[in-house]
Amino acid sequence: MTRKQRRTLIRILVSFALLIVLYVVQDSIWLPFGIPFVAVSRISEEGKAAFSLVRWVPFLAVYLLIGWDVLWRAVRNIKNGQVFDENFLMSVATIGAFGCGEYQEGVAVMLFYQIGELFQSVAVGRSRRSIAALMDIRPDYANVEREGALVQTDPEEVAVGETIVVRPGERIPLDGVVLRGTSALDTAALTGESLPREVEEGQEVVSGCVNLSGVLYVQVTRPFEESTVSKILDLVENSAAKKARTEHFITRFARYYTPAVVFAALALAVLPPVCKLADGMLGLGLLPPLVSGEWLMWVRRALVFLVVSCPCALVISIPLSFFGGIGGASRQGILVKGGNYLEALAKVGVVVFDKTGTLTRGVFAVSSVCPEQGDERELLELAALAEGFSTHPISQSIRRACPSLPDSGRVSKAEEIPGHGIRAVIDGRQVLAGNEKLMKMGGIPVPDREYPEGTIIYLAVDGKYTGYILVADQVKPSAPQALDALRRAGVRKCVMLTGDSAPVGEAVGRTLGLDEVYAGLLPGDKVSLVEKLLTEKQPGEQLVYVGDGINDAPVLSRADVGVAMGALGSDAAIEAADIVLMDDDLTRLPVAVAIARKTLRIVRENIVFALGVKFFVLLLSAVGLANMWMAVFADVGVSVIAILNANRMLSAGRKRNF
Amino acid sequence: MKKVYKMMDLDCANCAAKMEEAIGKLPGVKRASVSFVTQKLILEGEDEHFEEIVKQAVQICKKVEPDCKILIG
Repeated sequence: MTRKQRRTLIRILVSFALLIVLYVVQDSIWLPFGIPFVAVSRISEEGKAAFSLVRWVPFLAVYLLIGWDVLWRAVRNIKNGQVFDENFLMSVATIGAFGCGEYQEGVAVMLFYQIGELFQSVAVGRSRRSIAALMDIRPDYANVEREGALVQTDPEEVAVGETIVVRPGERIPLDGVVLRGTSALDTAALTGESLPREVEEGQEVVSGCVNLSGVLYVQVTRPFEESTVSKILDLVENSAAKKARTEHFITRFARYYTPAVVFAALALAVLPPVCKLADGMLGLGLLPPLVSGEWLMWVRRALVFLVVSCPCALVISIPLSFFGGIGGASRQGILVKGGNYLEALAKVGVVVFDKTGTLTRGVFAVSSVCPEQGDERELLELAALAEGFSTHPISQSIRRACPSLPDSGRVSKAEEIPGHGIRAVIDGRQVLAGNEKLMKMGGIPVPDREYPEGTIIYLAVDGKYTGYILVADQVKPSAPQALDALRRAGVRKCVMLTGDSAPVGEAVGRTLGLDEVYAGLLPGDKVSLVEKLLTEKQPGEQLVYVGDGINDAPVLSRADVGVAMGALGSDAAIEAADIVLMDDDLTRLPVAVAIARKTLRIVRENIVFALGVKFFVLLLSAVGLANMWMAVFADVGVSVIAILNANRMLSAGRKRNF
Repeated sequence: MKKVYKMMDLDCANCAAKMEEAIGKLPGVKRASVSFVTQKLILEGEDEHFEEIVKQAVQICKKVEPDCKILIG
């Protein structure tokens, strides 16, 4: 609690105690030794007359004690031209209650209102702190090596090229390259991935990760303002500027709601008695009903209206919910650039994927080894030996696939024939490793096969075909799981776009069970295809495009929501996308959808609940069934409940999966 | 020029919305955003009028929620 809040609490407690005293001692207060303090028009037993205070005086005193700041703010705001603010409304309502002779009611309502405001202020403070904690990745200091000594300084004051030392348990303050040392890094705050990442000499490290085990000497490559941490914080903070439609709706609604209810209150106070008056004058009535008790009843009902007319519950809880969602998502390694994208993502119906780097790994790997006869391992070893000197990506992938690299001394001669493959002499035998053209050149017949999804390396030993190795870009292991989760979340159509040839694209499409595959596309084609898909989507549905953000910026911005993945350390991706997955784990996408849906659900709950309770109380008070207590609950009580509900969104950051 | 200001004692969400609207309408302001949650004002405006804009923004803040202060510097 802040000092301000504590002061309010003390005022509330004192006023409450005084109110109880006034309530219990209705008739008179006697001081010790028979001295009367307050007595209501009575004469004591001995016949002494006691001064009597009028009942409203002590109540007014308590009222001023608890409500002076509300009254003062109301006056000040009217001077500033802010008429319909909650202070004014509460003041009018409570003063009105006094005017009607309901002193206890007036004081109690003000007291209750202050309690509610205090609750609200505490709840908002708590949410603000939890959101801040969610995004607490800002490093406090950096240890810089300067003139042989270690200096602790502000990360902003470290220049590019300087060497910083990061000890275990410390947060990496700036982006850089490891000069010395090995360690494991906890990247959870950035990526949501709980598995530590191993780093060693020569590798890049990003700011915001926590060093777990060893001391690292890091050469700084970027100034703090351009570091990953600054970018992420900047992005999340700026996200408040891109408001969701719901948020705009609520602020617009609030602008009309309050004046409307105030005028309704006015009408309620004036119209029925006036009608009655008119009626009375036409009929019998010579007694103007305006002075009768009936008018007071309508005024009382109108005052209840005033209390309910404040829009604060709505206006407070909606940005909190959205920001809670954005903060929670950032803990999962999902950066959302605005509430509007969260809103759109919740309504996802079509997901368009880029192939390479998104659904597939984007690197070649051996996917099958098929010897004509004999051992798979033998064939792979032979291929690895033959390809041993080549730097071609396919050769590298074969070497990587070999569990233990065979002794290269077995190779006595190797030559690369561009566009064909390799001719080598291994263990004294003539080995050919390459494509169909190479086999044809050597006059070796190969079985006719269709392997659309990758590249085939045929092998022949001493002029005889011995088998083949299939090298292909591999589908990410997480892709099927992610697609499955998306479909369960109600995604109607999954589409893949690729610049690769049709057989390759279709093979991946079949493996993953995609609905549509478009292959052989140039970057420009992708934009027009997404535009076409945008026209085909069903009403209310949103199209999400997922890419690696490297060369698909135009497509990312064209889609309803552009998602870039694998963005840790890639500025282009962070810049171009609306939602950024820091990891290249595709399963984060359904998590993002789940967070978006939960946020929207909470927002909707709050709107329906707050408006529902308010309209219900308005209705009850119009017919005289609600008192001012209910009205105060409908105002501040609902705010507090809505804020607590919005707080649920923050837990999204703590749970790993939904 | 774009600057971010911290706001102290921004206690009313509706006021934040009112401020944002009023500051956004000031001449020379490209974009203004008042975040109730982060208690920050993000102000983007023409360089030559920026000082004047900030002065006006402080006035607006004082008018809408007198207890709330924009921290400058």
